[in-house]
Amino acid sequence: MAERVAVIGVGQTPGKRSRKDVSEIELVNEAVRAALEDAELTIKDIDVVIEGNMEFFEGTLYTDQWLVEGLGSCGKSGLKVNSAGDTGATIFSTGVSHAASGLFKTVLIVGFEKQDEGAYGGVGMRSEDSFFDIAGGSGRAIGSMWGTAISVLNRKSATEELIAKVRVKEAECGLRNPYSHLKLKITENDVLNSNIVIWPLRFLHICPTSVSSCAVIVAPEKEAKRLTRKPVWVKDYYCIHSGLQPRCGEPWLNVGAAYPTGPQFRWGVEQAAIALYKRNGITHPRKQIDYIESYSPSTWHEVDYYEALKLCEPGEAWKLIEEEATWPHGDIPFDLSGGVVSTNAIGATGLHRVAEAVIQIRGEGGERQVPRDVNLVFTFAQGADQFCTAAFLSKNL
Amino acid sequence: MSQRVAIVAVGQTKYESNKSNLWQGDVAYDAIEKVLQQTGLTYQDRVKDGFGIDRILTAGEDHFIGRTSNPFWIHHYLGAFRMSHDNVSADAAFAVYHAVIDILSGHYDTVLVVAMTKESETSRPAIENCYFDHIFLQPLGLDYLSASALQAQRYMNKYGISREQCAMVAVRNRVNAKNNPYAQEPLDITVEDVLKSEMLASPIRVLDSKPPVSDGACALILTTEEKAKKITDKPVWVRGMGNCYDVHYLGDRDLADCDSLVTAAKRAYSMAKISDPLKEIDLAEISEEYSYQELLWTEGLGFCGRGEGGKWMEKGISQMSGSLPINPSGGILAGNPIGVAGAARVVEAVTQLRGEAGARQVEGAKTALAHGYTGACGQSHCVFILSH
Repeated sequence: MAERVAVIGVGQTPGKRSRKDVSEIELVNEAVRAALEDAELTIKDIDVVIEGNMEFFEGTLYTDQWLVEGLGSCGKSGLKVNSAGDTGATIFSTGVSHAASGLFKTVLIVGFEKQDEGAYGGVGMRSEDSFFDIAGGSGRAIGSMWGTAISVLNRKSATEELIAKVRVKEAECGLRNPYSHLKLKITENDVLNSNIVIWPLRFLHICPTSVSSCAVIVAPEKEAKRLTRKPVWVKDYYCIHSGLQPRCGEPWLNVGAAYPTGPQFRWGVEQAAIALYKRNGITHPRKQIDYIESYSPSTWHEVDYYEALKLCEPGEAWKLIEEEATWPHGDIPFDLSGGVVSTNAIGATGLHRVAEAVIQIRGEGGERQVPRDVNLVFTFAQGADQFCTAAFLSKNL
Repeated sequence: MSQRVAIVAVGQTKYESNKSNLWQGDVAYDAIEKVLQQTGLTYQDRVKDGFGIDRILTAGEDHFIGRTSNPFWIHHYLGAFRMSHDNVSADAAFAVYHAVIDILSGHYDTVLVVAMTKESETSRPAIENCYFDHIFLQPLGLDYLSASALQAQRYMNKYGISREQCAMVAVRNRVNAKNNPYAQEPLDITVEDVLKSEMLASPIRVLDSKPPVSDGACALILTTEEKAKKITDKPVWVRGMGNCYDVHYLGDRDLADCDSLVTAAKRAYSMAKISDPLKEIDLAEISEEYSYQELLWTEGLGFCGRGEGGKWMEKGISQMSGSLPINPSGGILAGNPIGVAGAARVVEAVTQLRGEAGARQVEGAKTALAHGYTGACGQSHCVFILSH
């Protein structure tokens, strides 16, 4: 990068199923104020505002324009980005490139989704092939989760019982995170007996439909050092598009099961990890990385990613689970925020991952804090099986 | 800017009212193919010498494309597989802006920008209505046309702009378009024809407005100084750029002024070290969906003082024979789809600076301005200063 960039402030709103008490403008404003307070700045100190969400979900054209009053972007530079579930991570990379460009001193990045004002099921399906998939009723995310689940089982990476064990970990972490939407007190039996969506995918494996907003402030090195005593550095980031999907006549439900590389969800993340590990000298990720904050929209994804991120050998995710290596007390803690299965406000979700990574590096995670020093965090998000943005954040330059 | 960024290739399709014979991806590829052929470039993962496109930026709004996460629907036409790909939900001028930022950040070298809209597959008034606040304004049935009519009334009343002055913009653009093989609706019209054409929303008449439905795409390749010199002997440099948001609610803005454009232009001028835009710029490609907007935007861009847009138009400076021709291409009034329009202005400006504009060429053009905007009545603007 032309200039090194640091995160100097984060803010988020607690995830909820519904926020009838606020408009979309007020919702993003809560996150913006929290981030400004965290950075000890006022909106006057901000040069650029980057906003992102899935505009179709709430049916608002150009949300960045409508939300100007809530974002505080009047008179400022900025633009809007939309890249499906990856939006939150994409706006982060967009914001970082603005900060690294040498043109700006501070960049405010804001993602949100107010899903109590939309209907994901119908709208999400609008991403499908109009001729074959929509007519066939292929549900967008559910199909992808099913493909991942089948692939995990096929590779014998984990059993349904072990998936239930991971789900209980995720729920326990969600209980410790004040920003988590779901606060579930569940047992492995509850998970194993929850309703089947498409076997082996069960209701409790799946992320919720959430309302939340997240804001992150980044600045180039000189400004970051001047403005804050606790900068968290953006060591590197990487974007990759992994799509094979909507091709006429190729109903995408097949993608997960039929391709030898496994689900596309995994492929993009794996490629991003390989590239970032190589560029940053990571040869033993499980030893060198202190914490991972992932975009795992179902428990099956989390387990699949253990292997994609090379935390274990292919087909050996079950060992990690049995050792509880990804638990708070394990050697490679994973999604201590409760993860996406605890909160999923789509346009904010990728940015929540970044915010949680920053909180862990600063040691401000409270009950969900990794119980040891966190220097290097790997975080990523994924959208529509195709967009993937991954980043390394670190305590030191 | 810390380093120089160049535009090394531009391509566009012919703009038409209904490309019903082509699927969305095919429309986009018509433009993409041109820039790939011009440069001989391919995608980074397919070359070994590091000399390929390493980033794709699309401009697409889900509502106008009609799908959630719209760009991946045409990803195989973009060549996006294995590539870094991002999508800007705004007028495509903002995607070009994003591309420059990406290159300046040092993270990418060569960026392909693609914008495609098929308005024939949408209903613009219904979609534009979603721009407005859900409680008070949407139920009124506002769309860009009716909101712009309010802006035109306010602007004309405040500064005494006449309908004839607005009509002169429409005439100049439609006539200029006769020289542009990509234009959708070139017309030989007079001010009288405009004033007699059917009323859409007072004071905007059919010929004051862009054609109601437009399909098409454009594409650009931007790269670093070092690579640009190896790719082409006619690079066009991005000397300055700026963008800016205004407030959303129409009632909170004075629609007769365009503060966000003033700020966006100042940012671009200051970066390009331009102190007298009227003298230092040789031609301008300005985004205007309705004729009055050009008069207002020329004020915002500092070509004339506030409220003087009408009189400035009468001086003929913006005619092809004038000292600062505006929209030699015919601009949006001759037909460009929403979302594509701002990048199409950059494409036209680059074509001019390369001296490849054929019958619409402005002789000796060295510095050009390109402008795009997003949102009703121009809520956010984006301005580029380009030079040969």
